[in-house]
Amino acid sequence: MTVVTVTDRELQPKDYASDQEVRWCPGCGDYAILKAVQKALADIGAPRERTVFVSGIGCAARFPYYISTYGFHTIHGRAPTIATGIKLANPELDVWVVTGDGDALSIGGNHLLHVLRRNVDLQLVLFNNEIYGLTKGQYSPTSRRGTRSPSTPLGSVENPVSACQVALGAGARFVARSVDTSMAHLVGVLERAHAHRGASFVEVFQNCVVFNDGVFDNFTAKEIAPEAQLPVEHGKPLLFGKSRDKGLRLVPGKLELEVVPATAPDILVHDERNRALAQLLTGLEPPAFPVALGVLYCDPAPAFEAEVHAQARAAGLGTDPASLDGLLRSGQTWTVA
Amino acid sequence: MATSTPPRPSHPREAVESVVIRFAGDSGDGMQVTGSQFTVETALAGNDLATFPDFPAEIRAPAGTTFGVSAFQIRFGTADVLTAGDAVDVLVAMNPAALKVELRDLKPSGTIVVDTGAFTERNLAKAGFPTNPLQDGSLAKYRLLPFDITKLTTDAVKEFGLGTKEAHRCRNMWALGLMLWMYGREREATLGWLQKKFVKRPDVAAANVAALNAGHAFGETAEMAEHVVGYTVAPARFSPGVYRTVSGTEALAWGLIAGMRAAGLSRMIFSGYPITPASALLHTLANLKAFGVLTFQAEDEIAAIGAAIGAAYAGALGVTSSSGPGIALKTEMLGLAIATELPIVLVDSQRAGPSTGMPTKTEQSDLFQAVLGRNADSPLAVIAPRTAGDCFPMGVEAVRLATKYMTPVIVLSDTYLAHAAEPWRIPEERELTRFPVRFRTDPTDFHPFLRDAETLARPWALPGTPGLEHRIGGIEKDFDTGHISYDPGNHHRMTQTRAAKIAGIARDIPPQDVALGEERGALAVVGWGSTFGAIHEAVRRARGDGLAVSHIHVRYLSPFPSNLGELLRRFERVLVPELNNGQLVQLLRAAYLVDAKGFNKIAGKPFHVAELGAAIREHAK
Repeated sequence: MTVVTVTDRELQPKDYASDQEVRWCPGCGDYAILKAVQKALADIGAPRERTVFVSGIGCAARFPYYISTYGFHTIHGRAPTIATGIKLANPELDVWVVTGDGDALSIGGNHLLHVLRRNVDLQLVLFNNEIYGLTKGQYSPTSRRGTRSPSTPLGSVENPVSACQVALGAGARFVARSVDTSMAHLVGVLERAHAHRGASFVEVFQNCVVFNDGVFDNFTAKEIAPEAQLPVEHGKPLLFGKSRDKGLRLVPGKLELEVVPATAPDILVHDERNRALAQLLTGLEPPAFPVALGVLYCDPAPAFEAEVHAQARAAGLGTDPASLDGLLRSGQTWTVA
Repeated sequence: MATSTPPRPSHPREAVESVVIRFAGDSGDGMQVTGSQFTVETALAGNDLATFPDFPAEIRAPAGTTFGVSAFQIRFGTADVLTAGDAVDVLVAMNPAALKVELRDLKPSGTIVVDTGAFTERNLAKAGFPTNPLQDGSLAKYRLLPFDITKLTTDAVKEFGLGTKEAHRCRNMWALGLMLWMYGREREATLGWLQKKFVKRPDVAAANVAALNAGHAFGETAEMAEHVVGYTVAPARFSPGVYRTVSGTEALAWGLIAGMRAAGLSRMIFSGYPITPASALLHTLANLKAFGVLTFQAEDEIAAIGAAIGAAYAGALGVTSSSGPGIALKTEMLGLAIATELPIVLVDSQRAGPSTGMPTKTEQSDLFQAVLGRNADSPLAVIAPRTAGDCFPMGVEAVRLATKYMTPVIVLSDTYLAHAAEPWRIPEERELTRFPVRFRTDPTDFHPFLRDAETLARPWALPGTPGLEHRIGGIEKDFDTGHISYDPGNHHRMTQTRAAKIAGIARDIPPQDVALGEERGALAVVGWGSTFGAIHEAVRRARGDGLAVSHIHVRYLSPFPSNLGELLRRFERVLVPELNNGQLVQLLRAAYLVDAKGFNKIAGKPFHVAELGAAIREHAK
């Protein structure tokens, strides 16, 4: 293994590339996400020795092999558990979890729920391509009804799960969304996720060119994207459209959003600390509504491992090396001469 | 205290060698604390002892039913006490259901102490007695001591103004007081314990103290002079040292901490998911944060071992714990720890199975699962403590093997070991051999699967170390570079290397000894785990009868000690008693081609010495 030591200059995106050949399908959205992550790491100035990428199983899970930091490619769905152990053992490490829709929302659904609920300080990036790629194209928990796949030749009859709504329901304090091909937007979202203390959940819509090509075209295709995407920003009005001519507001007397001309009164202003608004935004679907992208929710709370360590310190951890002999002699003892 | 009147001179105490008492009652009657306190007072009186708590899975089964009976057995004596005893000398039955369930283990001339106040028509019906056994003569062959403990307790605690229910809850202390008197034990430790336990309810504390003293005084006074005799049990001969009683759970928790310190590690991440009977270890360690232990109650068994692996990857001692069904769930993660060669300790407190089985009952049926129960060729180290006290050194040993060989280590405990208590000579930390781990820090020529020439262990290279950035995972690695590899020859080589690493541990563990008897002879009785005491005593008796029998107890189950096969071949016959349907016997036959025979009990209970004795006589012929 070659060791590249960079001491006298700032790290560039390419410095975060490992020496391993990237083996995703040509045209896979994962390439773009890899580039965005490497750019974000360079922008952040992430020290490689203190950064750890943890993944489960699936196409996305190959990610750690291509990053020049520490990396742990674990087993299907369980990356959050190993990431939790890492953070408990060494809270100083900067941990990223890379996962997919099958990995995080099917086999690993339980762990996703709990890592978010506990608020472990890590970034969890979910590559959502609405399909099982590595196992050759079965429908996934985010696949839409009617998805035809080798295991659903007549079309899936299951309702898909919304990744961001699951995250909000689990109590995530940071929920964001972006698109693989929107490089600048994705880098910005990743950097916000990194800056957030606690569990940061990022869903990236990622195109699988082989098994589900174009599944997000209804809001990512270049010509319609401005009309079909709502990039949100804290403190800014919820406007979209090529000439930002449309906006969102509450239907009077109802907890529902409606699309109105940008000139209409009562256009909502994005408040990323407002969980109820985030829930409404994550539920918006084309064609009636644009897809909300960006930091949908961010309301920091103490991180799990920080609280665990604080409690342990209060209980005597690290103050004075406790005496094992004292522990063994606690309670009733007697001496035989 | 005004309670210590001298024993009645007209009734001198009878001296006895050893006694078995079983306290039995409803699961809400406090039989476990009663037994535990009797154990403490007995230990302080200098007797050797062994205990066997036996309780139902139901936390509060319907009162008065047979399936809600909770029992605590203690055997104590002057000589070596290795088991809690086959047959009971004194049965304390707090209700008809307890009498119904536990009577079968009472010796023919045994003593029964019953609370007549609980023998109501309703309770008799619930226990399935058509007539009152206290009156129908069915207990004639026993020595029956019927007292209205309910009323005597209620009278004793009247002045504290408790409600009927709370007053009745003091019945166990009355019974304890009587039994402490009967065997000449002190009450000081129990009085102190009551004050501490009920520090927020001084009235309840005072009532319990009054009940305890009343039971004791009842023995002292002449109220029942005809019936009750006091006994003395002379102290046992222990080697010099400071002693305490210890349960397997406590000893294992402390052993893991001692191991962590001997390895020079500052953190243990202990993660578990609630499961009977393994949770006690999580509870014990949760209170030991000052020693560098962080406990984590995970969302499931898989997450628990995942966190332990993550912790190990980041340089802490990763420990997880469960029982059979939970271990099954952890299996895929064990494979990951084997493939990534990370040091974790997995404690399996075995219970009766398969599936949910009998969660509070003991069994040794996870040996196959521990040694063999994974997909692919996936060897790891398996060790098994043999007594409660042995859990301490084996906890240390688990940490040593895990960190030295970069491997998961399974510690096979069981329900019996987890709960059983025995006197234990407390070791001093300075007596422990240290085995400091060396994390890799030098980037020169580093790759994550470079192996130590002697141990075949890979380096422990922690995230946070500059220049060692690397990727590991469950995919096969190239032997020479540590990168992903699908090369056929490489997989063959890596599989054999992983096997050789574990096999090599045999050179680093004590050779198999003979626990009792000669190193050759007619019959070797080979056990493992918590059956040590029962087998040892049975072999001792058989040898007393002139049989050429030896006891071999295997603590290292994967790999076996290197001399084990040769040792077994020096015996004409090999008998392997196990609390399962025959697992070690199969492993021994497979490993050494010895014609070992099994003797199996799958009843959720430990061996009786007598049944082992019969098996030994049969096979020693």
